[in-house]
Amino acid sequence: MYQILKKQELIPDLMILFEVQAPLVAASCQAGQFVMLRKDEIGERIPLTIADFDRGHGTITVIFQVVGKSTQLMAKLNEGDYFLDFAGPLGQPSHIEKFGRVIMVGGGVGVAPIHPIAREMKLAGNEVISILGARSHDLLILENEMEKVSSEIIVTTDDGSYGRQGFVTEVLKELMTERGGIDLVVAIGPMVMMQAVCDVTKEVGIPTVVSLNPIMVDGTGMCGACRVEVGTDTKFACVDGPEFDGHKVNWTLARQRALMFTEEEKRAMFEHHNEGSGCRCGCHQQKN
Amino acid sequence: MRMPSAEELKQATKSTCKRPMPSQNPEERVHHFTEVALGYTEEDALLEAARCLGCKTEECRQGCPVDIAIPDFIKKIKTGNYVGAALKIKETSSLPAICGRVCPQESQCEKYCVRGKKGEPVGIGRLERFVADYERAQGTVKVPEIAPANGIKVAIIGSGPAGLTCAGELAKMGYSVTIFEALHVAGGVLMYGIPEFRLPKDIVQADIGYVRQLGVDIQTNVVIGRTMKVDELMEQGYQAIFIGTGAGLPNFMGIPGENLNGVYSANEFLTRVNLMKGYRFPEYLTPIRIGKRVAILGAGNVAMDSARCAKRLGAEEVYIVYRRSEKEMPARAEEVEHAHEEGILFHLLTQPVEIKGDQENWVKELVCVKCELGEPDASGRRSPINIAGSEYSLPVETVVVAIGQSPNPLIQTTTQGLKTGRHGTIDANSDGQTSRIGIFAGGDIVTGAATVILAMGAGRKAAAAMDKYLKS
Repeated sequence: MYQILKKQELIPDLMILFEVQAPLVAASCQAGQFVMLRKDEIGERIPLTIADFDRGHGTITVIFQVVGKSTQLMAKLNEGDYFLDFAGPLGQPSHIEKFGRVIMVGGGVGVAPIHPIAREMKLAGNEVISILGARSHDLLILENEMEKVSSEIIVTTDDGSYGRQGFVTEVLKELMTERGGIDLVVAIGPMVMMQAVCDVTKEVGIPTVVSLNPIMVDGTGMCGACRVEVGTDTKFACVDGPEFDGHKVNWTLARQRALMFTEEEKRAMFEHHNEGSGCRCGCHQQKN
Repeated sequence: MRMPSAEELKQATKSTCKRPMPSQNPEERVHHFTEVALGYTEEDALLEAARCLGCKTEECRQGCPVDIAIPDFIKKIKTGNYVGAALKIKETSSLPAICGRVCPQESQCEKYCVRGKKGEPVGIGRLERFVADYERAQGTVKVPEIAPANGIKVAIIGSGPAGLTCAGELAKMGYSVTIFEALHVAGGVLMYGIPEFRLPKDIVQADIGYVRQLGVDIQTNVVIGRTMKVDELMEQGYQAIFIGTGAGLPNFMGIPGENLNGVYSANEFLTRVNLMKGYRFPEYLTPIRIGKRVAILGAGNVAMDSARCAKRLGAEEVYIVYRRSEKEMPARAEEVEHAHEEGILFHLLTQPVEIKGDQENWVKELVCVKCELGEPDASGRRSPINIAGSEYSLPVETVVVAIGQSPNPLIQTTTQGLKTGRHGTIDANSDGQTSRIGIFAGGDIVTGAATVILAMGAGRKAAAAMDKYLKS
């Protein structure tokens, strides 16, 4: 049993932060890795990228968006409650070294996994410019935290309610033309965003790393549900990833595979609603 | 409970046939996941035990990878001492209720049974299952004598059949044993792989409960290689380590279309159904999606399990697609027979060459080529040769790839100095000793995908070797 020491509703009922007691995971995890957790006996195994960790206190911070029945039930947990299972760290850590000028692009809940990577990149001596994107101001998370780990931060909102109006790719293009000298881009967020970023950087050959969050069951290489095509190879995101060369990812396939259980998710939500609880979650957004 | 008369027992000794296993009828059982084989009654057990000649030579024992004293336990059944029979088995096997269900007895103990020379061998597996179930039903599972604690810590990685057996044996010798399991529940393939209708999960957990009763500590959610490395375990004072991490990596065919929606590895399919209880979705939250027509690629036990699960999940037609003939199928004859009974359709001498999808990436059809058998290959089985121009298309919505598993490389890639074989297995001698002193391995991680009982045999041998190593 893994106790929740802190709960923060970054966006009420939609984006939830939990700090969870998991000393073994905290002792060995690194930026870019994920955990697999299960709320209770009937629960799904849910992969969540590590948003922060504290080795001293033995805690892991995870942030998730309510997207379906499982995450909706999880969001109801409170400080003092427990996750039945919490395993990790899983997957390969981010590749951290001094690249020079690194652009971190985080979209929506994808800002959460970007945060520890940005911190490590900065510690490694990189100039870290972070671009955070959200649909609107009230959906923006971790702005202050990102400021602390970035040399510079630029916020965009789709509706212009905060920061610059527009998409992260527009800011990225500007940085490319006005400043240049970009050595690496790390993009984590909805798949459409990651693909758009890759389209922009591919033309000029800026290496771009993305973190994929496909459907998984075990997270240890056993089931192969998380197959992604990278170049000519099929990779398992759980053990070969979750980070990949974004220029080589088959995005069409990745997007289609994310829809594998849409019908079933609807059914679970429907029965869930009939149990009398409401939903305001935008059920079928991307999981990232 | 009806008991056999003296005359019936006398007649039974002359019978050339095994007493049949009472089973649910196929029409009913394909609608749910409850156990197919119902188990012997006491009457069945007494009549079948009467067929055992109690040979002095104990031929049957040479076929048992964990060397169960088979004639002795059957003798105890004859006298009605079923709990005594269970204890006799547990002297060398920690998991009798499991072995009685999933061991391929026909190629092990029963293969050597003298009665098999004229008629059918004694139903040793059925008797083993009977006594294990009897003991459990009594609610008083007895623990054999355990040596005084010696304070020596040993670690077991993986809680499948190899790890559980090794742990149980070492605990009986007095060692302080900790099992580390990556998943959220102990049991390995017994939990995620073998379906409920063949091996009920409460029975697996009861046998694991017995291993815990022996004093073994089981820590779930610990992924060795990630959460902790093997060398860290040694630093923590574990003086010997057994690696029993199995063959958990799914193999794919490498044909076009394998990443379409609706294609599962057998591991994913069975894990969703068994471990995550997807067959009870949405009461349990892990979904499983199944088409009207399902093709299972492969013909081993895992393929049969997948096919029979698909049928129970509501598929109208389930096909086993296999490139050789029935004779070469790696599955146990009994599993194939059960699949036939349940209406699984066999497309034999058929090689899948491509999976085609619709515009939205969903599986639509399986393209196959008919084969004929040529000369035997390295495995001794006749190799299939594609027949030119025989291509045809099988409309399906779901494909399950069940062509085998490979070892998970996590431990090998994170442990220095551990020699590995060509197929990613860990090199170990017949005692389980690896290239690193104090580190032992056994089961599928050493042999590649095999059976539950062979893994148990390896776990037992390694336990003896570890004991010898730790005492030297």
